[in-house]
Amino acid sequence: METVFIVKAGQYLGAGLAMGFGAIGAALGEGLTAGYANVSISRRPANSPAFTRNMLVAQAVAETSAIFALMVAILLVFTDLSPRGLCNWAAAIGAGLSIGLGSFGSGLGAGYPGAQAIWGVSRQPETAGTMTTTMLIGQAVCQTPAIFALVIAFILIFKDFTGLPSWPTSAALIGAGLAMGLGAIGSGWGGGHAGGAACEGFARQPRLRGTLMTTMLVGQAVSQTPAIFALVIAFLLIFKDLSGIPAWPYSACLLGAGLAVGFGAIGSGLGNGLNASSACTAISRESGAAKGMLTFMLVGQAVGQTPAIFALLLSLMLVTVGPTEGNLLVTMAMIGAGLSIGLGAIGSGLGNGVNGGSACLGITRSSETSQGMMTFMLVGQAVGQTPVIFSLMVSLMLLFGNYSGVATLPAAIALLSAGISMGFGAIGPGYGNGIVGAAACEALGERPDQAGLLMRTMLIAQAVAQSTAIYALVIAFVLMFVV
Amino acid sequence: MEFTGADLIQASAFLGAGIAMGLGAIGPGLGEGFVGGKACEAIGRNPEEAGLLTRTMLVGQAVSESTGIYSLVIALLLVFVV
Repeated sequence: METVFIVKAGQYLGAGLAMGFGAIGAALGEGLTAGYANVSISRRPANSPAFTRNMLVAQAVAETSAIFALMVAILLVFTDLSPRGLCNWAAAIGAGLSIGLGSFGSGLGAGYPGAQAIWGVSRQPETAGTMTTTMLIGQAVCQTPAIFALVIAFILIFKDFTGLPSWPTSAALIGAGLAMGLGAIGSGWGGGHAGGAACEGFARQPRLRGTLMTTMLVGQAVSQTPAIFALVIAFLLIFKDLSGIPAWPYSACLLGAGLAVGFGAIGSGLGNGLNASSACTAISRESGAAKGMLTFMLVGQAVGQTPAIFALLLSLMLVTVGPTEGNLLVTMAMIGAGLSIGLGAIGSGLGNGVNGGSACLGITRSSETSQGMMTFMLVGQAVGQTPVIFSLMVSLMLLFGNYSGVATLPAAIALLSAGISMGFGAIGPGYGNGIVGAAACEALGERPDQAGLLMRTMLIAQAVAQSTAIYALVIAFVLMFVV
Repeated sequence: MEFTGADLIQASAFLGAGIAMGLGAIGPGLGEGFVGGKACEAIGRNPEEAGLLTRTMLVGQAVSESTGIYSLVIALLLVFVV
């Protein structure tokens, strides 16, 4: 078939992906803001012009990410990319995935500061003057991932791919789009939660605005990191020299790398944002606790970052040491390796974030528990890390497996399926363990005298919640080694 | 690459096993976590009833585990029986 048809088809598909996915987040975020504006107006009808103005400003920021998606979609519909090489079909789809998926988190996230700012002013009208600034700073940071996604989309559209081999270049470009698009979701969303909690806290304790802003910005910065991991991998995939490498199985390594870091960034991004959000709430609840809060939050966030770092590592390994020759077995194993750690990092990242956040809330209940709380949080987070460690193990085994056997279709699919089983299977237990750890930290804050009993209950509950991750690991091993 | 109808069936069974166990593990993990969380909360509020609460937690978790075991059974069936 002629290049122009293939590229055009890719462009139209990419435009659909960009606008379809790209419309979800902003609309949700704007709805959230408007909902709170309505509640606030019903409480103070006299302030309705101010609330409406605030709502429209907040909605305009949330809209930005959808407008990015619209821009990319229009570019894809009306520009002809076919003169810049056959690979542009994949570049167009990658661009659509990048901005479409990548604008979800920022759009939704921007809604939280908007909603809480209006709600906060309705409770404390004297904060009205500085609330809008606080809100806009919070919203601006959670817009960053969408800007990363826009940059990747533009590079994919405007870079010249003439003369490059169709594969594995096409896989690299789709992988870059997946990495950045998926990788931006959690950071934007989580950053929004942190911004919302800072606005709410400001309304509750106007004199703590400075502390709240610092905590919010530091927390948002950490929750932004997973999106930066995704950006790094996206750049690596787009600019890597692929000349002379056979199409398969290296194409699968590149796609797997995109899936790994993309999915793997979601949990840590959102979880760390939720952690920062709880830290802001804790400060506004008990101003005396503000001093140690930042340390507490950062320790929790550091552990919560680990799953995304595992995903980044595996992604880098797939790109740098991934096999460049092999049969169908290797191809499927590389996709499986990417899915296992990528999906598997979602639950633990999110769970560890929630756990860390509740520890921040817990120390506000009784200040003398601070030391015990740190132990509690770290034990809970360590157990909550287990599912992602299973996932990492399966990924590494798939990456470095011995594939000298006969490449039949069932054997190849079994390797892919091992990654699917372990990846999805780690989501629930990882998050579930986080919920248990979170509740245990809050309970410890209420009843520091019952630390032993609470620790025991937490560990028993986490052990039970772990069981399904172990089943998934068993099935993954059976698929890899037995069949 | 060449493959027969039997290969296709076998491959689908393996893919099905992964999907069954993978997706099937999400719900129990979350549900049991929720139970465990509420149990910690409840024990924190009323430590005297810790025994009763732990028992209730485990019974509740056992029931919520069942769907994970169904997934495991189906995954094993798909891998070894069909």
